[in-house]
Amino acid sequence: MTMPLEPGQIEVAFTLNGREVVVVVDAAARLLDTLRYQLGLTGTKEGCGEGECGACTVCMNGNPVNSCLVPIFQARGCKVETVESVENEAVFALLGSGGTQCGACTPGVVMTVLWIVKNRDVLETHSVRELMAGNLCRCTDYDGIINGVDRAAATGGAG
Amino acid sequence: MSTPLRREGLDKLTGRERYVDDLDLAGCLWGMTVRSPAARGRIREVRFGDGVDWSEFVVVDFRDIPGPNEIRLIELDQPVLAADRVRHIHEPVVLVAHSSRTMCRRAIEQIEIVVDPEPAVFDFRVEPRAEQVQHDSDNVLSRISINKGDIEAALARADHVVEGVYETGAQEHVYLETQGMAAWLDGDVVVIQGSMQCPFYVLNALMHALGRDASGVRVVQSSTGGGFGGKEDFPSNLAIHTALLALKAGRAVKMIYDRAEDMAATTKRHPSRVRHRTGVMSDGRLVAQDIEVLLDAGAYATLSSVVLSRGIIHAGGPYACDNVRICVRAVLTNSVPFGAFRGFGAPQTQFALERHMDVIAQRLGLDPVEIRRRNLICDGQSTATGQVINDGTDRVALLDLAVAESKFVEKKAAHVSFHAGSAYCRRGLGLATFMHGGGFTGSGEDTLKAKLHVGGCRDGSIEVLSAITEIGQGTKTIFASIVAERLGVDASVVTIATPDTARVPNSCPTVASRSAMVVGRLLERACDDLRARLGLTPEDRGERVQEAIREWHVLHPGEALLGKAEYERPPNIAWDEKTYRGDAYGAFAWGTYVAEVEVDLRTCACRVLSFHAVQEVGRVLNRTLATGQIQGGVVQAIGWALMEDCVWEQGAMKNTQFTNYIIPTTLDVPPISVTFLETPYAFGGGGAKGLGELPMDGPAPAILNAVADAVGIEPVSIPLTPEQLLELLSHDDAT
Amino acid sequence: MPTTLGEALSVLEELKGDAVPIAGGTDLMVSWPERFIEHERTYLDLSGLDELRAHRWTEDALEIGALTTFWDIVRDPQAAREMPILVDAARTVGAVQIQSRGTWAGNIANASPAADGVLSMMALDAVVELAGAEGVEEVHLDELYLGYKQMRKRADQLITRVRIPRRTLEFQSFVKVGSRRAQAITKIGLAITRSDAGWRVVASSMAPTVKRCCAIERMLDDRVPVDGPGGFAAAIGSDVSPIDDIRTTAVYRESVMARVLFHELARVCPWICAGGDSV
Ligand SMILES: Cc1cc2nc3c(=O)[nH]c(=O)nc-3n(C[C@H](O)[C@H](O)[C@H](O)COP(=O)(O)OP(=O)(O)OC[C@H]3O[C@@H](n4cnc5c(N)ncnc54)[C@H](O)[C@@H]3O)c2cc1C
Repeated sequence: MTMPLEPGQIEVAFTLNGREVVVVVDAAARLLDTLRYQLGLTGTKEGCGEGECGACTVCMNGNPVNSCLVPIFQARGCKVETVESVENEAVFALLGSGGTQCGACTPGVVMTVLWIVKNRDVLETHSVRELMAGNLCRCTDYDGIINGVDRAAATGGAG
Repeated sequence: MSTPLRREGLDKLTGRERYVDDLDLAGCLWGMTVRSPAARGRIREVRFGDGVDWSEFVVVDFRDIPGPNEIRLIELDQPVLAADRVRHIHEPVVLVAHSSRTMCRRAIEQIEIVVDPEPAVFDFRVEPRAEQVQHDSDNVLSRISINKGDIEAALARADHVVEGVYETGAQEHVYLETQGMAAWLDGDVVVIQGSMQCPFYVLNALMHALGRDASGVRVVQSSTGGGFGGKEDFPSNLAIHTALLALKAGRAVKMIYDRAEDMAATTKRHPSRVRHRTGVMSDGRLVAQDIEVLLDAGAYATLSSVVLSRGIIHAGGPYACDNVRICVRAVLTNSVPFGAFRGFGAPQTQFALERHMDVIAQRLGLDPVEIRRRNLICDGQSTATGQVINDGTDRVALLDLAVAESKFVEKKAAHVSFHAGSAYCRRGLGLATFMHGGGFTGSGEDTLKAKLHVGGCRDGSIEVLSAITEIGQGTKTIFASIVAERLGVDASVVTIATPDTARVPNSCPTVASRSAMVVGRLLERACDDLRARLGLTPEDRGERVQEAIREWHVLHPGEALLGKAEYERPPNIAWDEKTYRGDAYGAFAWGTYVAEVEVDLRTCACRVLSFHAVQEVGRVLNRTLATGQIQGGVVQAIGWALMEDCVWEQGAMKNTQFTNYIIPTTLDVPPISVTFLETPYAFGGGGAKGLGELPMDGPAPAILNAVADAVGIEPVSIPLTPEQLLELLSHDDAT
Repeated sequence: MPTTLGEALSVLEELKGDAVPIAGGTDLMVSWPERFIEHERTYLDLSGLDELRAHRWTEDALEIGALTTFWDIVRDPQAAREMPILVDAARTVGAVQIQSRGTWAGNIANASPAADGVLSMMALDAVVELAGAEGVEEVHLDELYLGYKQMRKRADQLITRVRIPRRTLEFQSFVKVGSRRAQAITKIGLAITRSDAGWRVVASSMAPTVKRCCAIERMLDDRVPVDGPGGFAAAIGSDVSPIDDIRTTAVYRESVMARVLFHELARVCPWICAGGDSV
């Protein structure tokens, strides 16, 4: 066992970007806080804290979720993937299509995009636009993002 | 030639890019703000609750400000922290810092600002009563007028006089990264790092409030997640707050607004009311434009007078009219101050004008395209300020191109058959022709004299030293391309220095669509200067330049090699600030936008089906980035036109969450089609004119014109929410 | 964290209903840092109750588990075939990030008058299974709500299952009017079905709870002719009680509900058709 916990703290073990991690955190922390302030993975951004903008999107057990709405205790035993796991090649398509401008929504956008690319069968029932509706962007008209997904999906993920 | 990719793009796409809240400042405190609960009044008391051990907290109020309690911008009217009176809800009064964000959040709830209320004013359109007057005799902060020709005579001889009143609402910037600053002490120097557009504004404001000279303050921009004007003036306020806490704590402090605080307490686009009285001949020629503009400035002056200035110059639009009178005023209210926002007054006044043009066309039975065609400025004719336009752009051809590209005529015909088959959907088409001046208004560039350096480094690489900030618009990429083109080097050997007031000269703020056009031009001249210092000629390019740089360093060990440039007014430009006559801008970009909408008569919701943006912007320096700027601006304007509705209570925004302040999602906008016409501008960087703000001007009137076309009413205000349209349509039914 | 329902229920009982169940957290966690008072409460994490995760199709019902998410139903082709209004509703809940976490049971328990999942489920005559230490009871969803955020579910009871009868549906329709086309909280919601059991018309955001509109249902069962949206005004007036709030106005709600209702029904009811002015 590890060190005794301070009052209000809990220990949580989960898989983060393919590695097992164990963190001791405030029981009231969100997954987002833990990633950013405890583990130093600041790629994931907080845009609104209410699940609307999707800037904090990470993949949890294979699905995109807003990490601002996940209490850290619910990450126990889960597989979490963040933008830090993303390789340059995977996002070339978005770079070329003008899918990023200021970059604040971008990490969340990338996580949703790559989830779509990995699960292409969702495109049988959904348009890319519908799937991306949970990622608000204030710089683009989303076209660069949509085109980036289309391009990436066409080439199977790499740019 | 392939388009260079965004320089910092991969860092952004993989989460490596660092924004202020990503900075690891070991042991830093979190700062928060306690704000006024009242819109106007005297502060009687600040009560600190008993349940908190205040000794654990750093607490700052106005008495901790070393210099004058003023935020230095244009006026000095806004205090850093309210001392004895407040003028708007959410005005900052006390600052608190603690190492735990949650503790801090709990503590500020335990501080009560007790205010004896005084009569406040919230409606800028109504004359204030005596007890509401807070500035001069009428709360008017600033007024300007333009006079050209003889307006009364022209109105008298016009075939028709058409009047209209148009209104626009406030708009929240919704940059995805909220306002944030970090401050710490480096020896005696206060260092500020954060999200901002204008490091030297922040520097000047800090020097003033902290009572320090430039050697005692350093300001560094961190990667900035969107600005749109929202990070032009406001960051000065937050920087001073953060610095005060850091000074008192003797430790690093971060202040990062959460979304609700950002929406509630920071600036927004000025609401406006514009009155038009237009003399027009039966063939549609404008002979008199009599225009009155009123802006709500909010509780402090911020940049309102400058917004007003850009607003007035654009109020007459891209039309040749010999008789023009425009009077504009910005009035003080007790709303949270309004500030800079993409377009800076021009979207408001051009919304009114372009909606009014359709009203005139309707009244005269003219085609909306035709009435514009007959009035667009031709080279040799002049704008409202008497600026003679001679830039080689054919504005009528631009209009015709937009009509062709958007298939305006074909779509109109298609709508007729669509309506025959649809129970409750109506489609319509609308357009707007407009302009946007690049760079500061009038003599602004001349007085401020921006500077820029280009460094030749020992290894032969080249560094651009400027205060222009990358906020998503792509400046880093553009600047590298300009250097590459000018010196014939590869863009990969060019680096762009972080805007850090300790290192870069004052290139003036990143605003007013001036970065590529004005500062880009400085960059070219600084490159030329660098080459001259190396004893090279313009024919010397590429490796020869780099080699010369390396050699120079061998001969001058330890010295810095800098090419320098300072703003010089292009020839034949004259502006009279007193009469508002002359050349208001070095160059205008021109646009014609066409919107196609569908109105669902069940819900009264309007949806933009297609959108064509055709514009002349000088030379396009990077097609991907330029297209992205236009598309994003159009979408921001679609939001302003149809859905972004600030709900007010006592001068404060009530809907301060993303769930109730609605911006467009992927499903609310069509792909925006963008077409550029290019007539290189001789005095713009790489031939460019400004284009960042242009796309904010055209969409709202084009969309409302399309709605008018679809449902046969004349909406005059935005946002045109479904609720508004329902009201207009039921009113229409009743009559 | 409990891993069986039994454990979960005993925790609830022990804490005398002071424990707050949490499933997807998409209601409870909104603006979490600002809601620090709520950090002190005890949360009963349901996410480990694997037995309640899957939904299944029995002979006569679709059974939705306490942890079944919107996304689970969106991805089930059977649901799209048989109960498209469930899928339609689910697809409008926030966006994928919300759908992948948000649960149907949480949607019910949150008791919002704007709940989209509740809207469709109520129009399909869903029955809610409530489990507590004292046993299991079943409540018809249209009888669950008593008033704004008030339910016939005690704090020590969990929603363990929702049962939706499989019936032949001659007509089903889900219409959501929000302030934008995605990621919007409902301003006016309507779910309409027609089966052997008769018409069901359910409205959301029109009253303190999601609510069946019995007067309108009666008009439809009786085939009362209607020649324009105005023909529903009286029934709407007796069925619902819309208010002004930050999102819209009572006037808008009332008049849009009438228009949507009219146009949806005009598609299938020959006795409902445009007289003069149809909108
Ligand atoms: C950005 C955003 C958009 C949204 N959009 C929509 C929308 O369009 N339409 C809509 O209807 N909703 C929407 N919601 C609300 C929310 O997603 C739904 O209400 C969801 O169904 C809640 O489920 P959950 O599992 O996440 O609930 P939780 O947050 O985990 O719980 C919600 C409530 O239910 C209780 N609870 C949960 N499970 C049980 C159980 N098994 N037994 C007893 N009590 C239980 C909890 O104690 C709590 O009171 C939105 C939320 C967000 C953040």
